[in-house]
Amino acid sequence: MIRVHELVKKFGEFTAVDRVSFEVHAGEVFAFLGPNGAGKTTTIKMLTTLLQPTSGSISIGGLDPAKDPNAVRRLFGIVFQDPSLDNELTAYENMEIHAVLYHVPHKVRAERIQNLLRTFELWDRRKSLVKMFSGGMRRRLEIARALLHTPKILFLDEPTLGLDPQSRNQLWTQVKNLNETEGVTVFLTTHYMDEADRMASRIAIIDHGRIVAQGSPQELKDQTGSDSLEHSFLALTGSSIRDEAATSADQLRQFARMWRRQR
Amino acid sequence: MSAIYILWLREIKRYLRSRPQIAASLGQPLLYLLALGFGLGPVFQKAGNGSYLQFVAPGVIGMTVLFSSVFSGIALLWDRQFGFLKETLVAPVPRIRIMIGRTLGGATVALIQGTLVVLVCLIAGFRPLHLARIPLAYFFMALIAIVFAGLGAAIGSVLQDMQGFQLIMNFLVMPIFFLSGALFPLQNLPAALSAITRLDPLSYGIDGVRGALTGVSVFGFATDAAVLAAVACILLALGARLFSKIQI
Repeated sequence: MIRVHELVKKFGEFTAVDRVSFEVHAGEVFAFLGPNGAGKTTTIKMLTTLLQPTSGSISIGGLDPAKDPNAVRRLFGIVFQDPSLDNELTAYENMEIHAVLYHVPHKVRAERIQNLLRTFELWDRRKSLVKMFSGGMRRRLEIARALLHTPKILFLDEPTLGLDPQSRNQLWTQVKNLNETEGVTVFLTTHYMDEADRMASRIAIIDHGRIVAQGSPQELKDQTGSDSLEHSFLALTGSSIRDEAATSADQLRQFARMWRRQR
Repeated sequence: MSAIYILWLREIKRYLRSRPQIAASLGQPLLYLLALGFGLGPVFQKAGNGSYLQFVAPGVIGMTVLFSSVFSGIALLWDRQFGFLKETLVAPVPRIRIMIGRTLGGATVALIQGTLVVLVCLIAGFRPLHLARIPLAYFFMALIAIVFAGLGAAIGSVLQDMQGFQLIMNFLVMPIFFLSGALFPLQNLPAALSAITRLDPLSYGIDGVRGALTGVSVFGFATDAAVLAAVACILLALGARLFSKIQI
């Protein structure tokens, strides 16, 4: 479903994604894990046509995002790391705009919006402005919206960031359900290892722009000889604290650190 | 078509829901109209130019359309900040349509805002020459709206943060307003100023509106319309190009 080969993204001198290759099969839940600034979001942006790769190839459902962005965009739904709703509109209006932008046929539009808002327990609040919503409600609305055009692939970039355990649990239950009943391929990133352990059939761990390990949760645990995914993650990526490369100076600093380490 | 429509509708809905902002945005035109209109009135009259209120009202209407349409383009910054921009950028719709929908929405909002100021002008005592010429005034207001919504879209596509916004306001939008003949007649100016006013697209817009409402036009309607249409094409093309290149 997703095939990535030798993918590279450079911002000036800084290499955010460095010769990354992996494959995601249809119907599987694939977790893409890594510390802050490892290159997860940059990779997702390239997969979802928001960034052009510096080199390497991507194939989504057999299509190249760089050559045929609009066809690729129809195939996936995405929940971004940061919110992407219009806060000044109602939940229903946000869904409606999405339906029109994604060419959901007029006949099924209202019904599908209603079903999704009910599934994600937002139907009663459909006429409220999104700015009145809690963090959990906004997240649920974003996921409901991402599913409106029945995508084959769902990208979830840290969807549970800032949510309480109840909302997290509910969200993953619904995602799991979608994956099992509709066969939606799920590509997710998260910092909560228990979520990855629970959800993913396969995991890739990226650090400093490079894939450092790939396999099922059990394989990763075996590989590092640890009993939890959290421990194997730390074993693979080290335990020093990472800062997001916020400015170009930060990026240079990070680059310098990487260079020192390689020597 | 439908993508253009839904994004146009979004701009209108957001505008109609922000009532305090609507009221606030009428403050500045009101101030110009009342303070300048009545404050400079006696001097203007003594110089033999007739009523300053009659003169400045079309300028204030033009100013409102200018600010409102540039702001709507720069609102792209907010969508960038609050994330909605990403939602439209990953949608399977050519970027040009997204840009057109937004820009038409912004231009429509600017026209509504202009209409409110027309009403304020009428209440303040401004009297158009012929009621039949009002559609012509609207034609020029629409051209101003499209020209500067295009400019706003171009700027909004390039700006990354609010600091840049202040820069644009003080070094681009305010000069466009002050050098346009909105506040003073374009005849008998020093040569340098006269040359600059002729480079300012808003001069032609306000000249058109003023000509339609009061019968006094410096350049003539045909020139006004031709210049505005040409600038609109250039700025819309530029805006579309820059918008299609946005990466986030």
